[in-house]
Order: sequence, then C-alpha cells, then structure tokens
Amino acid sequence: MGNLSYEDSIKRVYFGLKLLAAVTLIEVLISLAGKGHIGFLKGLTNYKWFLILVGLALILFSLYKAYFIIYEFMHMKYETPGLRWSVLLPMGLLIWAIIAFFNEGSAWGNARAEYKSHTTEEQKLPTIYPVGESPTKASDELELPLDVHEPKH
Amino acid sequence: MSVDTLTHSAHGAGDYNASESNWAGAKSPFKTSYGKIMIWYFLLSDAFTFASFLIAYGALRFSSPSWPVPDFVFSTAPFGIHNLPIFGGKAPLIFVTFMSFLLIASSVTMVRAVQEGHRENKNGVVFWMILTIIGGLGFLGCQAWEWANLIGKEHMTITTDPFGTYTESGTYLNEDGTLSSETFEAGEGYLLHKIGAGHGDDTGHASPYHKAGNYPGAVVDDKGFIHRKYKTADGVVKSQAFGPKAFGALFFFITGFHGFHVFTGVIFLIIICINVASGLYMKRKNGHEMVEKMGLYWHFVDLVWVFVFLAFYLL
Repeated sequence: MGNLSYEDSIKRVYFGLKLLAAVTLIEVLISLAGKGHIGFLKGLTNYKWFLILVGLALILFSLYKAYFIIYEFMHMKYETPGLRWSVLLPMGLLIWAIIAFFNEGSAWGNARAEYKSHTTEEQKLPTIYPVGESPTKASDELELPLDVHEPKH
Repeated sequence: MSVDTLTHSAHGAGDYNASESNWAGAKSPFKTSYGKIMIWYFLLSDAFTFASFLIAYGALRFSSPSWPVPDFVFSTAPFGIHNLPIFGGKAPLIFVTFMSFLLIASSVTMVRAVQEGHRENKNGVVFWMILTIIGGLGFLGCQAWEWANLIGKEHMTITTDPFGTYTESGTYLNEDGTLSSETFEAGEGYLLHKIGAGHGDDTGHASPYHKAGNYPGAVVDDKGFIHRKYKTADGVVKSQAFGPKAFGALFFFITGFHGFHVFTGVIFLIIICINVASGLYMKRKNGHEMVEKMGLYWHFVDLVWVFVFLAFYLL
C-alpha cells in the first residue's frame, strides 16, 4: 500500500487489529465505569461531570476508530484530496443535524412535561386500582410509559 | 464526446489547451477508477441513511424522561456464560463486545484479502475472503441469538418494551401488599416478566400470578406482563411501567438494518470469492479491483457498527 513494502503493510494491518481491539475494550471499560459497574469508581457516577466526561470519551474513541478504519483500512489516506473532501465534507455537515435534532428532542421532552404539569393529579397518577378490583383495560392504561412517572422540572 | 472533438472545438476558442484541463475528460481528477469513486459515493449515501436513523434514535432518547439502561438490557450471553462465577448472573456488554471483535477481525482479514489481490495472489485472496465470510456469518449468528433472546425470553417487540428505568427510588411491595425489604434507586433498570414464562435472566422461579388482574403486590395486564407495585419515598404506591415504546422499534430497526447490510455483504463476499477462485479477476489484470471495492463495503459495515455500538450499547 502506498510506498510501504509488502511485509510492512502486513505488520501495519495486524497493528490495526490490536489497536481497534484495544480501543474497543477501553470503550467498554469506560462505559461500565460510567454505569457504576467498576467498584472503586462507583461513587463518581453521582457526579454529572463524570458522566459527561464518560460520554465525551466514548464519542472521541469511536470517532478515532472511525478515522482509523476509513484512513487505514479503506485507504482514504492514499486517495487524492479531492476525493477525500468530496466524501468526508458532506459527513461533516451531519454535525449540525445532530445538534439540531438532539435539541429538538429535548424540546419534545420539555413540551410533554409542560403538558403533563397542566393535567390534573388524577390523570398524572398511574393505574392503581383498589385491592381486589380487576382493571377492565389495564393494558391500555399501562402501555403509556410516560404517563407513569412524574415529569422532571 | 471524445477527446478529439473537444480539442478540436477548443482550438476555435483560441489558445485554450484542453489536454491540460481536468474538465476536458479522458483524465481522472481523483486518479482512481470509476467503480471505486462510485462505491465511495454509494457508501456516502448509505452513511446518510444510517446517520438519519441514529439521529432519530438520539432525538427520541433525548425527548424521553427515562431510557432503558443498556448494561442492564444487554447483560445476558449464550450458553449461560453470564451465570459463570466471575459474572454472577449479569455479564453487561460482554456478548456485544465479542460481536464487535468478530466484526473487527473480519475487517482485518478483508484488508489481507485486498493486499493479496494487489499481488495477484489468487489463493491468498480466496483464503482471506473465506475467513472474512466466516467472521460475517459469526456476527450474524450472534445477532440472531441476541434477537431470539430479546424476543423469545424477554418479550421485547417493536411496540412493547418491557425494559424500564426508575426515575425515583422506592421499595417493592410483597405479594400480600405489605412492604418488602427489596429497595431500588432512581436510574436502576427493571424487566417486566410475563406470567407463565421463565425469567429472561434464567433465575427460573415461578410467577405467583396466573391471570390478568389487580393484585395486592402487582398489576397483571391483559398481555400477561406483571407490573410489580412499589412505594416511593413520598409514600405513593405505583406499579412498574413499560419502558419507552420507541426503544424496541429503534433497536430492531437499526440493528436489523445493519444486520441486513452484513447479510448482503456476506452474499456478495461469497459471489466475489467464487469469481476470484475461478480466475476471473486474474484475467482483468487490475490487481483484483473488485475485491478492493468489496473491501470498501465490508469496512463500511464495520464502521457503521462502531456507531451503532456507541449509541445502543455504550452510551
């Protein structure tokens, strides 16, 4: 590949295998630490900054893996700048779509919470029937997950 | 339009020398073949499709007050591996990590096949492509197990999500309606079990409920899901709710779409592997370019998995 000798390019491939496997393993460990599965880090999961840090680290490691796959395995490194830009630049535009839609998503959530805060207490409470009385349409009422928990403000 | 006519018409325009211009044709500005440019643009469009699915997933997740906890949802493994002493009943993300390794390994064997193709080493290409096919089939097998487990044992469908997450802490009620000693905290995940079915986590104790109704300790709905009752810190009695409906649909649709790409990839790998073995690409003398294009597709499938893995399992 490129100007590497055959032996060197084979070495590079196996280096890539080890690298991607190691990064994946690190990602899983970070994710588990963020969920409180790793004993001595469990206390940190109460802090919001720790969870944000975990999320950011996971995203950065994933982007690094994507970079490595595209540049090394798919040989984007050896293509002309023109091809590289024409493929990668449109992907860059998605960053705005991500920001805009995640913002939109939280707006939906807020709107739903706002709506619920105006509904009556009875409507807000989940299906609790008097003991011994069987619900006629329990599934209908229980199916709406968002009705059960009180919204966070 | 041929180069000749272009040059000819360019003469009329004065001193314009068409042969030096990239726009006159007959010269590749990207210094690569038509096929490779087109597979890149196909992959670009496919990346947009996957990105729109994953962005929809993100938007719905952001809009929901709670979301199933991935390390709780994906904590089982085949052959009861999660029951081994080192895991003790829960093996969070272990199985999907193995699936990721399989896909990475098959990507690496594909790179080796492409390298052997450049050297016109027919047998080398066939050998490494067969390993890649095995990796792809292995991944599909793992996904089949994962889906079978989620659908068959844990009763998740595209409209029902039995995996919920508590948004407040509380204490479960016993079967007779009295307060039990089992407590949970906000952010903890739970799985709604079905009457007359074994538990998804294989603990296997029988359910005390047999038909729909409202019991002192739980509500059993018409579909047979048991919603255990609990008392919150404020003293309010509630019953467990289903998780966000969108979760099942998004999970099956996105991992299914990715799995379908893997499946298609395996089919094409097999076809191209047969063509390689027949010596078709040796005759073309272009360094097995078809294998290279197949490689681009296969790496793309691996690339998409990086982000599916991030969105569904890690975050």
